Amino acid sequence: MNVLKIASLSVASLALAATVSSADTLSNVKSKGVLNCGVSTGIPGFSTTDSKGVWKGLDVDFCKSVAAAVLGDASKVKYIPMTAKERFVALASGEIDLLARASTWTATRDTSLGVTFAGVNYFDGQGFLVNKKLGVSKASELDGATFCIQAGTTTELNLTDYFKSNNMEYKAVTYDTSGQTGDGFKKGRCDAITSDASQLAGIRSKMDNPAGYVILSDIISKEPLGPVVRQGDDKWFNIVKWTMYATLQAEESGVTMQNVDAQMKSNNPSVQRLLGVSGKTGENLGLDNAWAYRVVKQVGNYGQSYDMHVGKDSPLDIPRGLNKLWNKGGLMYPMPIR
Amino acid sequence: MKKNKKTSLFSKGFFNNPENRAVIYQIVTLGLVILFTMYLVGNLFDNVEKRGITTGFAFLDEAAGFGVSQNLIEYNDVSSTYGRVFVVGVLNTLLVSAIALVATTIIGLMIGIGRLSSNWLISKLCMVYVEIFRNIPILLQILFWYNVVLAALPSPRKSMVFFEHAFLNNRGFILPKPLLESNAIYIGFAILIACASVFYLVRWSKKRHDETGEEFPIFKVSLSILVLAPLIVYFVSGQPISADYPALKGFNFKGGFTIIPELLALAFALSIYTATYIAEAVRAGIESVPTGQKEAAKSLGLKDHIILQKVVLPQALRVIIPPVINQYLNLIKNSSLATAIGYPEIVTLFSGTALNQVGQAIEIILMTMAVYLTFSIVISVVLNWVNAKIQIKGR
Repeated sequence: MNVLKIASLSVASLALAATVSSADTLSNVKSKGVLNCGVSTGIPGFSTTDSKGVWKGLDVDFCKSVAAAVLGDASKVKYIPMTAKERFVALASGEIDLLARASTWTATRDTSLGVTFAGVNYFDGQGFLVNKKLGVSKASELDGATFCIQAGTTTELNLTDYFKSNNMEYKAVTYDTSGQTGDGFKKGRCDAITSDASQLAGIRSKMDNPAGYVILSDIISKEPLGPVVRQGDDKWFNIVKWTMYATLQAEESGVTMQNVDAQMKSNNPSVQRLLGVSGKTGENLGLDNAWAYRVVKQVGNYGQSYDMHVGKDSPLDIPRGLNKLWNKGGLMYPMPIR
Repeated sequence: MKKNKKTSLFSKGFFNNPENRAVIYQIVTLGLVILFTMYLVGNLFDNVEKRGITTGFAFLDEAAGFGVSQNLIEYNDVSSTYGRVFVVGVLNTLLVSAIALVATTIIGLMIGIGRLSSNWLISKLCMVYVEIFRNIPILLQILFWYNVVLAALPSPRKSMVFFEHAFLNNRGFILPKPLLESNAIYIGFAILIACASVFYLVRWSKKRHDETGEEFPIFKVSLSILVLAPLIVYFVSGQPISADYPALKGFNFKGGFTIIPELLALAFALSIYTATYIAEAVRAGIESVPTGQKEAAKSLGLKDHIILQKVVLPQALRVIIPPVINQYLNLIKNSSLATAIGYPEIVTLFSGTALNQVGQAIEIILMTMAVYLTFSIVISVVLNWVNAKIQIKGR
């Protein structure tokens, strides 16, 4: 009898423990004092470690921004590297609080995986990287070619769609990580490597002789990449979404890491609302009103992150293109903070 | 005595009986285990539902829409379903396991016998082989051989050519594909009949040997039946097998069939690695046969290979088979490391690519585990049956 009592008690306590773990993300992150941010295992420009083992990149900057807004310190991030196939399970199960891993926003992912995309922080498209020696200048000349691809990505599906709709044949070799994919290509297992154009630039920059390879101008798909949160936690979803808009709004209003303190005295009402001089946006988000000030002060605005990690000041040197602000001819359109 | 007979369930006597108590404890334990499992499963599905993740096996009928680099059955990139992806993955696992199982058995047997050779060089070489390959993790070996295969082979345009129609390059080993015409079925019959007649011939010659002691050249005769019968039928029925020859067109070879480098590297690494353990099992088995047996056979004037074949191996097998079963099972499970080099077996393809497209981790991983469990159980049942057959029967 005693045994039964103990067993039923322990079962009951386990049931309690299971429900506690799914509390809301904001208070969870605050009580831990650290943001668990899922990043890639190494995509140059987005999330990769430098020679000292420090995480750098556009997605890494986004993790830092959220940490700065929520915890007040951009360095309170624990980076958790994820392969493409682990990422959504890890997020849905609560292992990470935020996924910033160059993930493409698609209907299936948004609706069936228990996750929600918070926006787009990089507009990308799928392209091809080939050896110049191959003498190919257009994607339509790749009939019969073998491709190296990374497993579990939208890339695989786009490739099939593109080749079937153009009545061409192809062969695919599928690897687990982007590192292996690049290796297979280097060793000549495939004629071309296909992935998001930004990742191709990264792979190309890591080649022994980058000038010997060319990224074809054809783009065969839309790849809106953005941060992802767990489904069903609207408070956290809002914080992540508006942190992203704040970095964009800062660029639009000309607020940079360097001049943000001076801008606190600005007469411009939209700058005042962004930096929390007026309005209560931060409080409404469940933070304090200086949230966006900290983001810009500690991490910088979107344009600064872009230039440093993927743009003109980085080895990738990818033109802003679609990622310019809306008033400069791009698609980046921060919703008004008011 | 009379009182004792009337013992009811609630009287003290029932619980005082240690046998009854043992039964009750076991029922309670079993009940607790079942309850706990049910709780875990229920909790799992509750949480999955709460997070808005789709469940169920309906995805198996949806079109997958991605390419696979090796498919043994018909597979269409656009229209084939996830169910078919699963079958393709299972077959690819079976293929690499089957190739590696045969190769590793042959290599292991040779190395194991070689280690006991009286020739100093052979026995030391075999020892070096075993010590090197069993002490390096299998994952590293797979990566090493894959990189060696890719680095050593030329690009398609500079392929090595064998017999005009076979090509070896870093896209794989490209061979002519046999095309069967309708008459080819007679060749199939011929092979079946040849096998059956060889089977009876072996039984007959064994019986004759037991009765009269006369030797029959069974090996030469069987071999010629197996080779000649299908060959004669092939020419009589008008050469019904032609070939689809591969040809270099654009980037790659078209036609023929391709053995991809991932398969070569994986099968090679698995056989080389597992063979070291089998070699050790073989050596242990042979050493377990008392030297007296060999000396006795020798003094009867039997030749060395007859001694090995008729005296040593039958007794050694009883020691060899149990550890070899383990190694076969390990080999099949190790084939899942293919995920490191992109060979499309069940783990890479189904619980890798398919899992990420579908996102239903629980169902997909369960199916994958069921595959390995089935393979392993079938192999151990078959080999345990063989093992029981060859054990010394107690008289």
